[in-house]
Amino acid sequence: MNSRAAQYKQADDLPDFSLLSASSTPQPVAVQEPADIHLRFEGVSKTYLTAQGPVPALQSIDLEIRRGEIFGIIGRSGAGKSSLLRTINRLEQPSSGRILIDGTDIAKLDENRLVALRRRIGMIFQHFNLMSAKTVRDNVELPLRVAGVPREARRRKVDELLALVGLDGKHDVYPAQLSGGQKQRVGIARALVHNPEILLCDEATSALDPETTQAILALLREINRSLGLTIVLITHEMAVIREICQRVVVLEKGQAVEQGAVWQVFGEPHHATTRSLLAPLRYDLPADLQARLRQQPEQPEDTLLLDLLFTGIHEPDLAALGNVLGGRIGLLGGNVERIQGRAVGHLLLTVAGSSLTANELANQARHLADRVEVLGYVAAA
Amino acid sequence: MSLLLERLWASLLDTLLMVGVSSLIALLAGIPLAVFLVTSGRGGIFEAPLANQVLGSIVNLFRSIPFLILMVALIPFTRLLVGTSYGVWAAVVPLTIAATPFFARIAEVSLREVDHGLIEAAQAMGCQRRHIVRHVLLPEALPGIVGGFTITLVTMINASAMAGAIGAGGLGDLAYRYGYQRFDSQVMLTVIVALVALVTLVQFGGDRLAQKLDRR
Ligand SMILES: Nc1ncnc2c1ncn2[C@@H]1O[C@H](COP(=O)(O)OP(=O)(O)OP(=O)(O)O)[C@@H](O)[C@H]1O
Ligand SMILES: [Mg+2]
Repeated sequence: MNSRAAQYKQADDLPDFSLLSASSTPQPVAVQEPADIHLRFEGVSKTYLTAQGPVPALQSIDLEIRRGEIFGIIGRSGAGKSSLLRTINRLEQPSSGRILIDGTDIAKLDENRLVALRRRIGMIFQHFNLMSAKTVRDNVELPLRVAGVPREARRRKVDELLALVGLDGKHDVYPAQLSGGQKQRVGIARALVHNPEILLCDEATSALDPETTQAILALLREINRSLGLTIVLITHEMAVIREICQRVVVLEKGQAVEQGAVWQVFGEPHHATTRSLLAPLRYDLPADLQARLRQQPEQPEDTLLLDLLFTGIHEPDLAALGNVLGGRIGLLGGNVERIQGRAVGHLLLTVAGSSLTANELANQARHLADRVEVLGYVAAA
Repeated sequence: MSLLLERLWASLLDTLLMVGVSSLIALLAGIPLAVFLVTSGRGGIFEAPLANQVLGSIVNLFRSIPFLILMVALIPFTRLLVGTSYGVWAAVVPLTIAATPFFARIAEVSLREVDHGLIEAAQAMGCQRRHIVRHVLLPEALPGIVGGFTITLVTMINASAMAGAIGAGGLGDLAYRYGYQRFDSQVMLTVIVALVALVTLVQFGGDRLAQKLDRR
């Protein structure tokens, strides 16, 4: 399993810098090899029965999560993210539908089988959920202890894991004496103690400051690489998805409204929810310019505004753009990021003193960007 | 004077015996009872709503009867159990029956306060339900349980003084016979001092232990 996972990771995860060699030929969308499906959701629904009546939390979710990938779940508060994640280790039981791990339905399990399943799946939490009355060592050791692992083997495993998460020498400290980041490291060590094949993270960095978040993400990425672990994570921070996930699903009111490779979903979000979730990452035309936009030029020297969208296919090649557009081009603003080695984002360009019409210019630019929109003209100052 | 001291010493031992035995039984019976009350409720790990309600009602019933009345009402049962309704051992029966639900309710509160996230974490890591009780609920609630047991001890010291009225012996009996019936204020005062010292000691020890156990 590990070697296959490693293979997959290299194929899809590492930035492909060959794309940076600004070629203007459209890159074909990568052809997916037959994916190694680790987790499959088939029409999974979940309705909570409460005193106030039934609450539908998940509606007929179909999803595939590949072995060895980091898979993100995003959506607004109450969209059903936690409910979805928790069906994987059966903290929640789906009301209908099937969940298959390696093709095996996990639906009907007695307590022993359920315990066995959960030992294959680690989980970390927003508020860490460490036992306050136990030392770091005892916390990490607990899953092994209840599984009846002998003391010597337990000690070895705990030492190994605390070293892995960077908590050497904290064995005998109580959680209350640790920082948030350190607590989450204990949580991660505890989740890994049974050598799970899947790691579930429910807002694992939401309670941490940005710097600590980065450190924990780096740790998760490293674990994913070195152990070939499949990671499913929920987050409210789009930057987290952008940085470590390969694929993502967007939930809205219990439905999976959009899913795919992160660069695709982030590069060209189709659903309104995705767009509004991603809005904070996007640079938009400032309001004062927006107000001064005109559809037609009043004078020939008025400046044209073009919005170039990059959805991971073209590379933003400024020299080539300068050539084809002619005139004086300027960069008004925008944001292009590299997600999974692909350029994703948009650029707002100004073109002045060109002999071409707006449509001609836009058509020229279409050879170099994935989508081009004419925003309008702004009067020269 | 030395006769008074001797009586005082004997009475103190009687009180300690009554309180000690009844509280110990309350501790052993109250913790499982509290665990059951917490875990058998709706959504609990040993969900059994009916049994939960029945047991909860029984606990409430005993909790609502004033100790003096409970003691008298239990006389036939006490006689059945220890063969007499008079003396230290006869007092242990109603004291235990009062202490157990009292302590169970306090322990229940501490157990209930254990963060539900910890139980979920335990489930997610592959703990069986008995493991959750043993490794999560009890250790996490322990400081609160120790505090609750301290309160139980103090309350039972109180109640045991009442048991003196039915000739159970102990400090209460001493104060009642000498202090009240013979107007011997010296005995009364001595008993009060002894009781205050005892309660202070128990409370201090209990607080210290709870504090030491609390790692939060
Ligand atoms: N145990 C429960 N009982 C009843 N309703 C629940 C329960 N858990 C969740 N819900 C409801 O199900 C819906 C989805 O909840 P869920 O916790 O999965 O959302 P979420 O996407 O994780 O939200 P958040 O981002 O706030 O964590 C919500 O409407 C919520 O109120
Ligand atoms: Mg949630």
